[in-house]
Amino acid sequence: MVDTSVVLSGLRLDNPVIPASGTFGFGNEFREFYDINILGSFSFKGTTKEPRFGNPTPRIAECSSGMINAVGLQNPGIDAVISEELPRLKTFFHKPVIANISGFSIEEYAYCCERIDKEEQVGLIEVNVSCPNVRHGGMSFGTSPEAAAEVTRAVKSVTTKPIYIKLSPNVTDIVAIAKACEEAGADGLCLINTMLGMRIDIARRKAVIANTMGGFSGPAIFPVAVRMVYQVAKACQVPVIGCGGVQSARDVIEMMMAGATAVEVGAANLVNPYASKEIVEALPQEMERLGIERLQDIIGIVK
Amino acid sequence: MYKKGIYKILENYPLTATVWRMVLAGDTQWITASGQFVNIALDGHYLRRPISVCDYDAETLTLVYKVVGEGTAQMSRMTAGMELDLLTGLGNGFSMAIDSQSPLLVGGGVGVPPLYNLARKLLAEGKCVRVVLGFNTASEIFYAEEFRALGCEVYVATADGSVGVKGFVTTAIAECKIDFDYFYACGPIPMLKALCDNVLQDGQLSFEERMGCGFGGCMGCSCKTKYGNKRICKEGPVLLKEEIIW
Repeated sequence: MVDTSVVLSGLRLDNPVIPASGTFGFGNEFREFYDINILGSFSFKGTTKEPRFGNPTPRIAECSSGMINAVGLQNPGIDAVISEELPRLKTFFHKPVIANISGFSIEEYAYCCERIDKEEQVGLIEVNVSCPNVRHGGMSFGTSPEAAAEVTRAVKSVTTKPIYIKLSPNVTDIVAIAKACEEAGADGLCLINTMLGMRIDIARRKAVIANTMGGFSGPAIFPVAVRMVYQVAKACQVPVIGCGGVQSARDVIEMMMAGATAVEVGAANLVNPYASKEIVEALPQEMERLGIERLQDIIGIVK
Repeated sequence: MYKKGIYKILENYPLTATVWRMVLAGDTQWITASGQFVNIALDGHYLRRPISVCDYDAETLTLVYKVVGEGTAQMSRMTAGMELDLLTGLGNGFSMAIDSQSPLLVGGGVGVPPLYNLARKLLAEGKCVRVVLGFNTASEIFYAEEFRALGCEVYVATADGSVGVKGFVTTAIAECKIDFDYFYACGPIPMLKALCDNVLQDGQLSFEERMGCGFGGCMGCSCKTKYGNKRICKEGPVLLKEEIIW
């Protein structure tokens, strides 16, 4: 029997597979396909202080080996997440969940993190400073080391659970931002969020997406994610959750060899609703094939 | 409830220059209402293609789809015996729990197909089903005879007047003084809006939107309604006339 377990800042996961925020809602849609307790955990839909409808439609554009989304953080708001989504989640998911929090000001990040930190179902908090689809917030906090550090300090001061900062790839030097978050007290890092992209409908001479630009995800960005995880894991001491274009157990292993302690699966869930389950199920076999006994042993094994 | 499965193509042939009919064999148990859709995986395309279900029985389902891009063009090149990966039973479909004796089905262009199974079910309940179909021109007309063969009273409107009433579905409804106490509609947004603006009766309307997943996971196809935010793929594609914010 191979050992697929991993540990994120004291939080032990049966396996490293975590559906990424924004591709898995609050679990409701996916539980109609399978028992989601097979997952290591999942990161719930990016939550803000106020309910948000998000951007106008169309919000989705297809690309070669990927997609662009400009959903714009549609979510029911922190109150409804705590009063409705978490109690409902408790009835069918019996593992600690990852709370993904976003905001438009330092105060909002701190407020939401402080609230969600009190929820016993939450295992760790993923602070999204990298949403490319909202103005005045989101990614703007994740594109400068100072701002990312400021958010990190603010949420660390009001929380007890592990704080992971989800980083944007849309920066010149992701290592500088990662190190700034680590120095500000982040317990871990999650990368990468989507890459800013754009498609044009050439017949209509207009952007496909109403918001013009959006976040590019899917297997096309996997090599970029592996590279950034590698760079950040080498430069930082804290655990890294690798994310970006993962769609197979082999991709999970590759991401871990680059330095990830756990791995998020995003767009793949939208194309194949069973993607995360199939990855969890394929992992032991793939480990055996590669002679890996303990998954933890391969974290950052590539020099 | 919905499921992913592999379906075998039994037939795939053109009805007009751009509209094709595909019959697939496979598990249809997850399709529970007219107006639901399937989401089709195609080799070489990252996202699935959502296509409404035109008709279904215990072993087969029929899709009537328009070739609008590379994905649907690829579908049109597929032949009997080939297989497709489908998510089925998606969306809420049309509700038949309505106190209506003479429903009107209103279809525009590629919005026509999901009304076919609905017509069949309404007729089976003994309703007097009238159908108005709108097309641009004679060569684009499809399924008018199929609705007639079911036993519906069918009216056709063409924008250029080449067949039936010259104008839109709303023109036909007014000029032919079509009698109905409720409507079900699917078609382009301007048609749906014109219909709601021009008739007093209540009804249900099926909408389209660009989708990511088709099952409520990504929030890509959300819309605002008087009853709150809804996802076209999950709470839709059918919405009530009374809840729509135009």
